Amino acid sequence: MTRLDAIRGRTPGQDHNARSIAALAANPACDRRAVLDAAAIDKPLLMKRLRFDDRWGQSPFAIQRNQQFTDLVKANGAAHLLRLLRGLLGLPIEEAGYVNLEDVGGAEGHAARHGHTRRIIRQTAEGRGRATILDRPLLRLDVAGARVYLEPDVIAFQLGGMFHIVAIKSFAILDDQADTPKVSAAAREAAVYVHALRDLVGADLVSHDVILICPKDFTNEPTATTVDVRHQLVTLARQLSRLTRIDAILDRLPEGFSLDLDRLSPGEIEAAVAAVPARYAPQCLSACELSHLCRKEAHLNEQVDALGRVVRDDLGGIESVTAALRVATPGEPVAADQAEIAERLRHVARIYDEAVA
Amino acid sequence: MTPAEAARAATDTILADYTSASSPGLVVDSPPGAGKTTLVVETTAAIAGKGERLMIVAQTNEQVDDLVDRLARRAPDLTVGRLHAEGFDPPERVRRHDSVTTGSKIAQVDGCQVVAATADKWAYVADRSWRWAIVDEAYQMRSDKLLGVARLFADGHALFVGDPGQLDPFSVVDSERWTGLKWDPLQSAVAVTQRLNGLRTHRLPVSWRLPASAAPMVSEAFYPAGGFTAGTEDGTRRLELTVPGLRSVWDRTVEIAASTGWALHELPSRHTVRTDPEAAHACAEIARRLVQRGAVAHDEHGSHPVTPDRIAIGCAHNDQVAAVRLAGPPEGVTVDTANRLQGREYDVTIVLHPLSGRRDATAFHLESGRLCVLTSRHRHACVVVARAGIADLLDHHPMSPRVQLNVPIKFPDGWAAHHAVLAHLENYKA
Amino acid sequence: MSLLHSYVKVRARERGRALPRATVRHVHLAEAPMVFVPLRLAGEAAAPLGAMVGTDPRHPTLLVVPQPRNRDLRFQFLADLGAVLLPYIDRISRQVETVEAKTPFERCLDAPQIVVPSAGGVEFTAKLGRSSRFRRTTGPYAVDPAVPVLGRWLTFLAEQSEFAGSSLMVAMTDLLTAHWVTGQSAVEDGDLAALLGWIDPPEGMTGAEAAALADDPLTPPAGPDTHPEFDRQELQKAIAHYDETGSTGQVEKALDGQLRPTWDRMWQAIGLLSALKESPGATSRWERDRVHVAMHRAWIDGGGLPQGKRDSAVAAAKRLARLEAAQQSFEAARAFDDPLVMAEYRADGVAFAGEVVAVDLTRRIVPPGGKREVPRPLVTIETSDPVRLSRGKKVRSPSRPRQSATITSLSDRMITLQIDDGMGRGALPAEGSVPGVGTVICYTELDPGESRRAPLPPREETPWTHGGPPPEYVPTDDDAVEPWS
Repeated sequence: MTRLDAIRGRTPGQDHNARSIAALAANPACDRRAVLDAAAIDKPLLMKRLRFDDRWGQSPFAIQRNQQFTDLVKANGAAHLLRLLRGLLGLPIEEAGYVNLEDVGGAEGHAARHGHTRRIIRQTAEGRGRATILDRPLLRLDVAGARVYLEPDVIAFQLGGMFHIVAIKSFAILDDQADTPKVSAAAREAAVYVHALRDLVGADLVSHDVILICPKDFTNEPTATTVDVRHQLVTLARQLSRLTRIDAILDRLPEGFSLDLDRLSPGEIEAAVAAVPARYAPQCLSACELSHLCRKEAHLNEQVDALGRVVRDDLGGIESVTAALRVATPGEPVAADQAEIAERLRHVARIYDEAVA
Repeated sequence: MTPAEAARAATDTILADYTSASSPGLVVDSPPGAGKTTLVVETTAAIAGKGERLMIVAQTNEQVDDLVDRLARRAPDLTVGRLHAEGFDPPERVRRHDSVTTGSKIAQVDGCQVVAATADKWAYVADRSWRWAIVDEAYQMRSDKLLGVARLFADGHALFVGDPGQLDPFSVVDSERWTGLKWDPLQSAVAVTQRLNGLRTHRLPVSWRLPASAAPMVSEAFYPAGGFTAGTEDGTRRLELTVPGLRSVWDRTVEIAASTGWALHELPSRHTVRTDPEAAHACAEIARRLVQRGAVAHDEHGSHPVTPDRIAIGCAHNDQVAAVRLAGPPEGVTVDTANRLQGREYDVTIVLHPLSGRRDATAFHLESGRLCVLTSRHRHACVVVARAGIADLLDHHPMSPRVQLNVPIKFPDGWAAHHAVLAHLENYKA
Repeated sequence: MSLLHSYVKVRARERGRALPRATVRHVHLAEAPMVFVPLRLAGEAAAPLGAMVGTDPRHPTLLVVPQPRNRDLRFQFLADLGAVLLPYIDRISRQVETVEAKTPFERCLDAPQIVVPSAGGVEFTAKLGRSSRFRRTTGPYAVDPAVPVLGRWLTFLAEQSEFAGSSLMVAMTDLLTAHWVTGQSAVEDGDLAALLGWIDPPEGMTGAEAAALADDPLTPPAGPDTHPEFDRQELQKAIAHYDETGSTGQVEKALDGQLRPTWDRMWQAIGLLSALKESPGATSRWERDRVHVAMHRAWIDGGGLPQGKRDSAVAAAKRLARLEAAQQSFEAARAFDDPLVMAEYRADGVAFAGEVVAVDLTRRIVPPGGKREVPRPLVTIETSDPVRLSRGKKVRSPSRPRQSATITSLSDRMITLQIDDGMGRGALPAEGSVPGVGTVICYTELDPGESRRAPLPPREETPWTHGGPPPEYVPTDDDAVEPWS
């Protein structure tokens, strides 16, 4: 049993997926997040045990819409998809071979499915086999020494050329534009698949242009567009290469550190989480399941981080609300390295009071 | 080919391509100090020398004045019109030439073979057209500015010249209304024209400004699409310190910069206010030591003392500029923001690293153009002043650029460029 | 954002209550603002779910789409919404005056004002506008005649809201954060309930406590997105009930429960804002809003086409110029109208205030380009502000907005200005036209005046650099029948 497994204990782990790997890059300075992710701790369960409300559910309407759209795109041997790919990649019609990699002939489990995916993809890459559209492949990626299985929507294969990752998303492309945060998230996620597929067949066989399939305007009609994920790939590669630093973080944790959610009491869980330093910023609220816990903690400690990154940077090195107000008060002694900010804060305090008066 | 031959060949090709009038427009990418102004002046002289009329569009009054002065010196027989805004007083370097006519009305100057003005001024000119036009600093020009003047040469031939590695044009308006449109007015003039027309692009291959110690790094980090080389060889540019030093930390930094062309002056890791007094002091003090040490620059033209006017200190923000000025650099040293240092040249530059002392990296601080401007103004040496810990800061803030549909991605990525520069500087730590 | 703003945030956190960011109201509040709280179905681009709308806090109109996937019901919703909004717009902007000017123009005596909870509400309104303005009222997929007209007005209002300082369509969270500083982050300020919790907490509660209460999943969000739990627990069942019985009662009840708290908060917020005195700038910007409404009315009445889907090159450049001008003059006007806003600029060094310590009234020079000597008096001001304006900078003072001055020298705490105009025609400056010794005065680089905008070519003369003249946009049958999911 590895150290990370020991931390998780008997509680079942939470699998990584492309989204969670992409999220690793969202706040890589946060030790807490790094440890919990590396040990595959079930974060929603943890929050539930600490009596935080679940905010990460998806609306049944959104789930349903997403499913309907994906089914539509893949219906009839992925007829829609083929039509769009032909236009976008110039696939010749007769070469359209659709293979569903989920059918492994009874074999269960990730390893078997991944093996099957690997065989078919290698065959295709070597020019054997007739697969053009590979649906539901299972890719594998090593994340900080752990094997993570990933399931992209589809991989399209263009003859004589490159593999393309296809992402099917149900947000609309309205007059050729879509919601920027959603497109950005889709690009980060697709980059994880590109990275994993490149691991398998080599970088030069997988395109950095991923294909995004979305509903067009207010309709259900799928439309396709390419998104260049080169920047996301560079970022991802660097973040993955740095994840090994998890050992350094673990070394700083107390002996016998455990986050076995099934075994520990809420109080013990809270204490254990508190032992791993977090780096909270309000942006976490939309990205991390633990954010409400970290926010509460940041406020209890009066950290200025909780007021936003701009405030934190403006106050240049002052970490707490009380310290900032003390430094802003004329006559209070200040350290030499805070003389500059003290002078400026006293000035703004004075002109604020004058203007309000 | 020697660098001079390579540069000559590139200029000849550009000139031949432009004067062949085979295309409505051409783009010339010019890395820092690659002889952009020389190209503009030579091209103008060549076109006007054949008796043709030509208009020049630049972005700032200073750029126009510099061009007019250079042109008047290079080709004194040419009549040059300097069109300017009402109430603007053209400087002595423009007025001193007999061949130059200045005026705020187009009728006062349009008899000249060459007329030069800012894009803002050209936008008010009506009922005239030119067969030949040069748009200078075209990467600094916003698309909507070009739209205002392009009708003046729409039936002729335009040469767009500029440095693709510098800062993008700016707007106080942050709207996604035009995102993805090929004519998005928030883009640069070159970007919009290229997306719609795919013009031929030439490139000037030699930087005459950057020394051999800097050209490869700047080229690799900021110009991945087309590299350039230094015009001088290793050892041609030397910085000699003629006065013995003290054993101060500043002296050590100055010595490393003198002997290698680079120095990283690292301060202890700390989160600071933007106007970090210690860093501002370091910038000022390094400039002072440089002057006090009697630095002499040896180059391909001979030797000269590095006087304060040959030194610049560059920052990201205006308030940092104010802080550095307050810290008292020697009288005559230029202290300015990256935006305002664009197009300028010094013997030695001292750069307050945009990420120094920060806890967070924002898109503004990561913008590759800003770092490119700051690290490519020097002929001899560049000293970077920074708090330790920037590499970690970068890793803690992976660039996750906004991805928008039908918007071409930009290279280099600021985050990657910052990493490249930092890795390079690690070798020159005091 | 400025250091001052960050400091006030810290102070508000400590104090447990929001602090003022403005001393006057920088937005016009209509006598009868139309509050519009829309909700949309999760997972869809622009499927309305329901809305609470009206001008009377006690009698809102509740509109629902009992089965949001049904296209006809969605357009019925838009027709119903049109039945509320269009008479309001018509009634309030019916009276038009002609303003005497070089080119006389029309201006409505009053204008509609639509207030939505957040920026998301404006965006959703724009999408509703986009989905309805091209519809046809005859032929296949015909819709109620109100629908396309409503679509054009919603599009117009959402477009106007991009212009800084326009009061025609405003997001309440934006208004509140422009006038108060809370002790929470900007991200959290995006939530109306939490924001109001800081500004106006219930008796006996701190702002932090009230905001925490607002953050509870049981508190309905201000929309347009609903809470997933609500969708799962209530809405799904209510819609199923409608599908089975055809009765809209359950959906109405469910949505009323979600919308009502936000509705009440909107009026609470309007009350807070109306307690502030309106700034002169807000009043004059409202005049401009009224001109725009008159222009749009005339355009529709004259048979003009609906707004296109995307801007052409020339239209985009023109709009950008107008947006930038509006932004610049709004920022400056806010600072000129309000010393508290000006304080943010003083903290950042682009404005300064102090006492006049010396005046040289007799100075005369020959200005650049001029021929004869004119008075250019010097005024020296002592300030303790951290000024980072440089020599040669043009500055203006809120107390003398029509007079410009140029900084001629700066030294520690002492700044000397040359007064450039507004001194009459005499050999010496007119009495009172130059600030005297002892006057406390503020100067800034901000300029509320509209800067001159360079002309752009007409659309049909778009040069090749920008793709040449684009084809004229004419809505097609395709636009009109664009199928809906």
